[in-house]
Amino acid sequence: MVRDDIIEYSLDGHHSEEDGKKIRKKIWQVTAILSIITILEVGVGIAYPKQHAGETAWFFIKWGYIILTVIKAAYIVMVFMHLGDERKSFKMMILVPYLLFILYLIFHLSYEGIAVGEIWNTYRK
Amino acid sequence: MSSPASKQIDTATLWGGKISPLSISYGKLMMWFFLVSDALTFGGLLTSLGFAKFSNPETAAHWPAGEEVFTHLPFTHGHYPLIYVALMTFILIVSSVTMVLAVEAGHRMDKKNVIKWLVFTVIGGFIFLGSQVWEWSTFIAGKDGILSTWADNATLAHNPYGPTLYADFFFFITGFHGFHVLTGVIFNIIILVNAIGGTYERRGHYEMVEKVGLYWHFVDLVWVFVFTFFYLV
Repeated sequence: MVRDDIIEYSLDGHHSEEDGKKIRKKIWQVTAILSIITILEVGVGIAYPKQHAGETAWFFIKWGYIILTVIKAAYIVMVFMHLGDERKSFKMMILVPYLLFILYLIFHLSYEGIAVGEIWNTYRK
Repeated sequence: MSSPASKQIDTATLWGGKISPLSISYGKLMMWFFLVSDALTFGGLLTSLGFAKFSNPETAAHWPAGEEVFTHLPFTHGHYPLIYVALMTFILIVSSVTMVLAVEAGHRMDKKNVIKWLVFTVIGGFIFLGSQVWEWSTFIAGKDGILSTWADNATLAHNPYGPTLYADFFFFITGFHGFHVLTGVIFNIIILVNAIGGTYERRGHYEMVEKVGLYWHFVDLVWVFVFTFFYLV
């Protein structure tokens, strides 16, 4: 069923058998990367629990987790969700507003949370 | 009076593109917009978890680590910190991989492989949902592991592991995510039925698999963040 009165973008994604082989190879590579990162995170979580790790060590472990998570997220969005293959204008349309709002939210809630916590600590006695 | 064009414009001057500057179909565009708004909802939940911890120093001091609470494995009685949550994470990642393979098969109009990978994806989704049911019941049962002793159970108002807020955030965040997984599994089943029936074969493309795939990857993406910010940090 091909209609000629609408512009069809849905067929743009089609690719040949050879391209398919390359794409599948990439998919399995990304799978390996995601699995290794998850195993690493759990290994660190078991070997260095928060209660036993020192404050400095925990600081680095925590930021290590966050960086690894962002790497994982980037692979999922760019390869699995094909955002890396879309046009640049579309990529920016999705990523820029989201990053803007989420960084704003993170900044305000953590800044405000810390401020409220300090006041609580100062005046509760 | 206007006259009909008399001069042919050569294709080098003429814009050769289609109509949308984004070169993307309506359905896919709208799915992405929905995912951005949904990602902000989950972002709100996770940042409010941060706010609750930062603003209550006393509560945060007693906030349990994931390794202390989630120590059980089904059918065993040993001490396995975070192993089962890691397994759930892995199951969701694998089902995301089978989904992307179904999308890839769809781009080659390979009906047989689309069906095969979609079946695996649905199975992965059900395993994850079952795991979450098990995890909830283990969490609610409390430290003695018995659901019927209410004094020790985790509820919205009481939590044997630490601050009540911990249980509240656990139920809300994993519950909201689990609801997304349930919806995703239902969508996957619908497109699986359509793929078997040959709807997309007749339509000439498998873009519906791609659109539902976007949603399914998003569910996996959210879990990656829940895993880090609820269980690990």
